Amino acid sequence: MNFLQIIYLIASLTFVIGIKMLGKPESARRGNLIAAFGMTIAIFGTIFLYEGIKTSNYGWIFGGLIVGTVIGTMMAKKVKMTGMPQMVSFFNGMGGACAGIISLVEFDHILHTGPFTDAEPVKLGIIFLGLVIGSISFAGSMIAFGKLVEKIKDNVLPLQQVVNIGLLLLILGIAAAATLGYITTPNVLYLILALSLLYGVLFVMPIGGADMPVVISLLNSFTGVAAAMGGFLYDNKVMLFGGILVGSAGTLLTVVMCKAMNRSLTNVLIGNFGGGSKNAGEGKEIIGSVKEISKSDAAVLMKYSKKVVIVPGYGLAVAQAQHICHELEQVLEDEGVEVKYAIHPVAGRMPGHMNVLLAESNVSYDKLIEMDDINPEFKTTDVVLIVGANDVVNPAAKNDPSSPIYGMPILDVEDAAHTIVMKRSMKAGYAGIENELFFSPKNSMLFGDAKKTLTELVSELKSL
Amino acid sequence: MNTIIDFIANNQLMIYLVILMIFVGIELIEKVPSVLHTPLMSGANAIHGVVIIGAIIIMGEAENMYATILGFIAVVLGTLNVVGGFVVTDRMLEMFKKKKK
Repeated sequence: MNFLQIIYLIASLTFVIGIKMLGKPESARRGNLIAAFGMTIAIFGTIFLYEGIKTSNYGWIFGGLIVGTVIGTMMAKKVKMTGMPQMVSFFNGMGGACAGIISLVEFDHILHTGPFTDAEPVKLGIIFLGLVIGSISFAGSMIAFGKLVEKIKDNVLPLQQVVNIGLLLLILGIAAAATLGYITTPNVLYLILALSLLYGVLFVMPIGGADMPVVISLLNSFTGVAAAMGGFLYDNKVMLFGGILVGSAGTLLTVVMCKAMNRSLTNVLIGNFGGGSKNAGEGKEIIGSVKEISKSDAAVLMKYSKKVVIVPGYGLAVAQAQHICHELEQVLEDEGVEVKYAIHPVAGRMPGHMNVLLAESNVSYDKLIEMDDINPEFKTTDVVLIVGANDVVNPAAKNDPSSPIYGMPILDVEDAAHTIVMKRSMKAGYAGIENELFFSPKNSMLFGDAKKTLTELVSELKSL
Repeated sequence: MNTIIDFIANNQLMIYLVILMIFVGIELIEKVPSVLHTPLMSGANAIHGVVIIGAIIIMGEAENMYATILGFIAVVLGTLNVVGGFVVTDRMLEMFKKKKK
């Protein structure tokens, strides 16, 4: 047992060191492996050294570990880089469900020793909290997952926020009443479970797809807190340590993400931003015409530029065009054109998502320029090529207070001499609003699938 | 009320630990470049998979069918969280490895 405590101590240390190292590009990968190592010794230490684990149950434990490992590895290996956000959301939901189940079983343990009202109130409270947070995290993550794979639409019920807050208070009220012995039926557990799952669904349902990363990050920290509840329950330091660490780091990460979009967390949670058709077209109507450019004209324009900035968006990722985009960059560089990438903090579906995608196709790290550093450079840029991005270059965020994205920091692409927007159609972006940039006299549209169009652009450039 | 005060008195170390961990968590994230937010979130996601320890405990102590079945499911789900989380993070970070110019 004492040796197990030392293992837990080491594991806890690896978590802190792991997260610390994850914060720097050079050491990030090792950091992840160190934390994974700590997790492994904590798991095996628990199996073999924890008092009370029956050897007769080893079969079940190892069976579960093997099943989970095989499925988890397969899913994690198979998922495309574009699908990362939903994958994280899915795994997060699994952790939440796990925490919820622990509470269910522990409550059952209590029932075997007598009425649950005889149990220590603190223990009961922890069990209920673990169940509530775990279930919310599970249900919420699954809805977020469904939204990201576009199987679930945004749905806003009438008085949704009132219903949500009321429901949450009801859940906490019932849990408190049961903890303090005012409710005596053991079925209260299932009531709490059902209501928490319902809350998880209602909590995420009205939040627009564009805000999903923030929601996932928040649910991530919820699961951390749920894991910490387990730590309290078993007086287990490593669970407490890991759970709280993720809970606080996750919360801060959520706030940082909101800041990147220049919005507050409350605004994200109750603002119904991008709530489907509700907000669409709420911004001012744009009248004007768009001008198209041919691929060969675009190629000529770029070839004789000094500096080209590429603004990649989710459209590039969906079209799997990151590799050909890198090729375009190389062809242009060979012609002596300076090429940079402008990375909006929320480009893609999560902060940093675009960097991961571009890194996948070998784009050099120092070419990826963050928004604050690239914005002053647009004035000296000849051509900005916007590939599958929309909302992050929408000037309405700066000059139209009626727009739902008003206040969000954007890339100042309109400062450049020319902009070329590569898009499949004139359809509005993820936030569901029109983009007046398309109608700017300096802008030309290049319609088509990002991958196909970029490939043709590259061959045009090569033949020039 | 008394139970709460007793609880705090009996679990002082735990409570100190929680408070300090909150600050450590905040401190660790504060200076991270936004490019690493996604891998970091994913890594943190894997770390809260530590909830698997609880799943192993309920599974290991299981005496009846109810606990056995739920325990088994919990172990599977917890493992999914841990293994999937770390593998996905590693895949993301693999791409950040140093490249020759």
